[in-house]
Amino acid sequence: MSLILDVQDMTMDFGGLRAVNNVSISMEQNEIIALIGPNGAGKTTFFNCVTGVYTPTRGGISIQPPGGDRESIKGLKPSRITEKGLARTFQNIRLFPNMTVIENVMIGRHTQLKSGVLGAILRGPRTRAEERKVLEDSYEILKKLNLGHHVNDLARNLPYGAQRRLEIARALATEPFLLLLDEPAAGMNPQETRTLEALIRKIRDTEKVSIFLIEHDMSLVMSLSERIYVMDYGKLIAMGTPQEVKNDPEVIKAYLGEEVSA
Amino acid sequence: MTLQQIKKTALVSLWFVFLTFPIMVIRVNTITQTITWRWHNMAFIALGTFFGGLLWRLALDRKPASARQAKQPEVLTEDPDVTDVKAESGIARRLGILRVKVAQKRTRRSLIALAVFSALLFPHLSSLYQTNIMITALIYVMLALGLNIVIGLGNMLHLGYIAFFAVGAYTYGLMHQYLGLGFWAALPVAAVLSTLAGILLALPVLRLRGDYLAIVTLGFAEIVRILLNNARNLTGGPAGISGIPRPSFFGMTMNLYQVSIYIYYIVLAAVVLTVFVVWRFENSRIGRALVAMGEDDIAAEAMGVDISRVKLTAFALGSLWAGIGGVIFASRTAFINPASFTVWQSIIVLSCVVLGGMGSIPGVIIGALGLILIPEYLRAFSDYRMLVFGAILVTMMVFRPGGLIQKRRRAYTFHVEEQK
Amino acid sequence: MDLDYFFRLFFSGLTRGSIYALLALGYTMVYGIIKLINFAHGEIYMIGAFTALIMATVFSFAGMPALAILVLSSIIAMVYSSAYGFTIEKLAYKPLRKAPRLSVLISAIGMSLFLQNYVLLAQTSNFLPYPSLLPRIPVPRFLQGLVSGPQLIIFSTTAVVMVLLTLLIKYTTMGKSMRATSQDRTMATLVGINVNRVISWTFIIGSFTAALGGILISSFTGQINFYVGFIAGIKAFVAAVLGGIGSIPGAVLGSLVLGMAEAFAAGYISSVYEDVFAFVILVLILIFKPSGLLGKPEVQKV
Repeated sequence: MSLILDVQDMTMDFGGLRAVNNVSISMEQNEIIALIGPNGAGKTTFFNCVTGVYTPTRGGISIQPPGGDRESIKGLKPSRITEKGLARTFQNIRLFPNMTVIENVMIGRHTQLKSGVLGAILRGPRTRAEERKVLEDSYEILKKLNLGHHVNDLARNLPYGAQRRLEIARALATEPFLLLLDEPAAGMNPQETRTLEALIRKIRDTEKVSIFLIEHDMSLVMSLSERIYVMDYGKLIAMGTPQEVKNDPEVIKAYLGEEVSA
Repeated sequence: MTLQQIKKTALVSLWFVFLTFPIMVIRVNTITQTITWRWHNMAFIALGTFFGGLLWRLALDRKPASARQAKQPEVLTEDPDVTDVKAESGIARRLGILRVKVAQKRTRRSLIALAVFSALLFPHLSSLYQTNIMITALIYVMLALGLNIVIGLGNMLHLGYIAFFAVGAYTYGLMHQYLGLGFWAALPVAAVLSTLAGILLALPVLRLRGDYLAIVTLGFAEIVRILLNNARNLTGGPAGISGIPRPSFFGMTMNLYQVSIYIYYIVLAAVVLTVFVVWRFENSRIGRALVAMGEDDIAAEAMGVDISRVKLTAFALGSLWAGIGGVIFASRTAFINPASFTVWQSIIVLSCVVLGGMGSIPGVIIGALGLILIPEYLRAFSDYRMLVFGAILVTMMVFRPGGLIQKRRRAYTFHVEEQK
Repeated sequence: MDLDYFFRLFFSGLTRGSIYALLALGYTMVYGIIKLINFAHGEIYMIGAFTALIMATVFSFAGMPALAILVLSSIIAMVYSSAYGFTIEKLAYKPLRKAPRLSVLISAIGMSLFLQNYVLLAQTSNFLPYPSLLPRIPVPRFLQGLVSGPQLIIFSTTAVVMVLLTLLIKYTTMGKSMRATSQDRTMATLVGINVNRVISWTFIIGSFTAALGGILISSFTGQINFYVGFIAGIKAFVAAVLGGIGSIPGAVLGSLVLGMAEAFAAGYISSVYEDVFAFVILVLILIFKPSGLLGKPEVQKV
């Protein structure tokens, strides 16, 4: 099977600081993989490079969407990368706080739509049909993520867990083939985390979206991911199945003091 | 009001007596070498600040409730359009009730109809003088609505908006002077040119944020003004361009009264068009993207929004209205010079937007009408009007920082069981 | 190339730059701490200069010696300016601590308008001749013809103020509190810094130097009216942004660059385009360095 994401020898320097050092990560279609590591290991920087927030100093990033051709996405603008089918959530929730829940999702549909300024003003049948469609689609996505009753609430008024779900909903609205989740369980209680786990699995199974997550919650990582990469000080120190990673001496050393529990 | 507070207010007013002593009491004239001592002013300041201070304190004491209200997101649980107004007080409460009323669809429709109706009748019921003031006010409504696209929706601080107004006005002035063209020929040209100028400004500043953007836009406007001021051969420099013709109406000759009414209807139509376009735009795909960008540009980009394109669109669409407004302005005053396009004018338009309520169309309209009409009617106070105007700006912001009418997002209804 | 002419322009640029720096400091300090473009700052400068003029006239009527007039009226003017800065902050900005930033900006604009008209009404709308309060000092021989005595006083005063301010910010407790507050206000509160007091002091210090600038420049140009503050304020703000707003060395550097650019543009191109030139330089610098010359690039935490 072909690699839908293939990162080769990626390095990211900030001035003198090497945040990501020669990291290669690849994943196949329909996989759920995780990137773990202590705080400051460079995980989020890795995400930022893949999604175009930063352009890596060295290395290559290629994607191959299911049924599409392999292409490099290194150095593209974030909006172009999203168009190509990579969507992400943020570690510190970044919703559009003063827009309604449904509007947040509608923004996610941006690249799927065409109407421009003139169309919006004239509001011909095409635009109207498009608007109706985007509303319906967005509402469907919200229902899937159990946010249907929040449609017209402002995003900032949602409870924390719902905000996390809304970020996923918004990302899904871009119709990605790969979803990158940056600490989706952060700040959740065990109950909520279990619900989230089921949700992520459901998304993978029903939407045919591959999942790449960064997470600190080890129970979630261990039970959800099929393969795990471990980073420390910008370098990749281990890779393998949850079982392999758990018993890797390097990993245990990196987490010294931090409890690794399955 | 406790004795403690009164004592405190008295101390504050003493402080003001001290503070205003040199400026208020002593007046020097270094030309005639005279000094006038105006001790009576001390008493005015003492009394004025004491009672003013009491009022201020009273108002501030009552403010927290309404401030919380203003900051608190409107809770859109059952009926998304009804807001709880219990906590608001004074003017704020009246406005709050107005808001609830406006929110109800039927009332809103009849209010709009009433507004349009009275706007249509206005020039026939009032004097020429009033009509002319109203024309100016409506031009500012257009400007404020245009600037609102950049500031209210896109959250980009733009301090050079008046430059596009100048582009419009000078396009007409120059086209008339050199090509002999009239109002209706100049209008589309000015619209295109000001839109292009908007893009021209936006291109180099795409990367700038916040206050850096503010100062560059301000600088741009100053450059435009200074160029107009100094290109004497082309623009007439500080003397400006005069004899700009009024708009024509199928070659009919009109007297001053008729032509004012005619211009009034032109600007009214332009305002209606602006409102319509802005209203459609803000709930469209690009408009939503613009609002999203204003809220969080990184998240918007991650959702596939091309930030540069959206910014350019906002600047272009925003400038368009200023250009059209400029042509109407030139035709109304028949005379333009760079003094009409200073930083202060940009600031006044900005104040219209913020005072009315950023992002809210009715808010911006009320803000612009208020800001332009109030100083006109304050002419009774003649010399004091700008002083009072400044004080009103400060007081308004202190007591209602979100503007008169808060922006609200459109609520969608779904005919599904769980949703009312 | 006429070297003498070049140096004359150089010193004239240095003079302008020094004055802008005294004003720009206030902008940059206030901005650093409450992220507000204090539009009323230019008016503080104007009020400082006016107060000095009023007091100096009163004292000279009383027959005081020139040096006493200078010292007394300057001190009174600076104290008054600081009092105005302090009061404005309490009145127009403090109630808006949690309001949207643009609202505070409008409040500042309202304040600026109010103060301009306050002076206009209480004093006069005309330009008044401003006495040269600065003492005559001898110009060193090698600089004669290139620079005037008042110019030397202006840049040496500016240099002294800058050094004192840098020391104040680096070594005093208040300075440290200021730096802490500007980096992270919440954190500063948590470690026990009285943020409101820090903000008040920022306004007081900024107004103090603004008044100094006002007295120096008015003595130099020889005239004043109620509107001088607004124009100078805009220029100083441009200088502060040019250098990287929020950075004190940036404000000084930006002011000098702006002053020089204007002086040379006026001298070699045309004086009518000096403002255009200033803004073109600003735009060019910001295009290549979006955070100004010495401003820290805004790190977006993602």
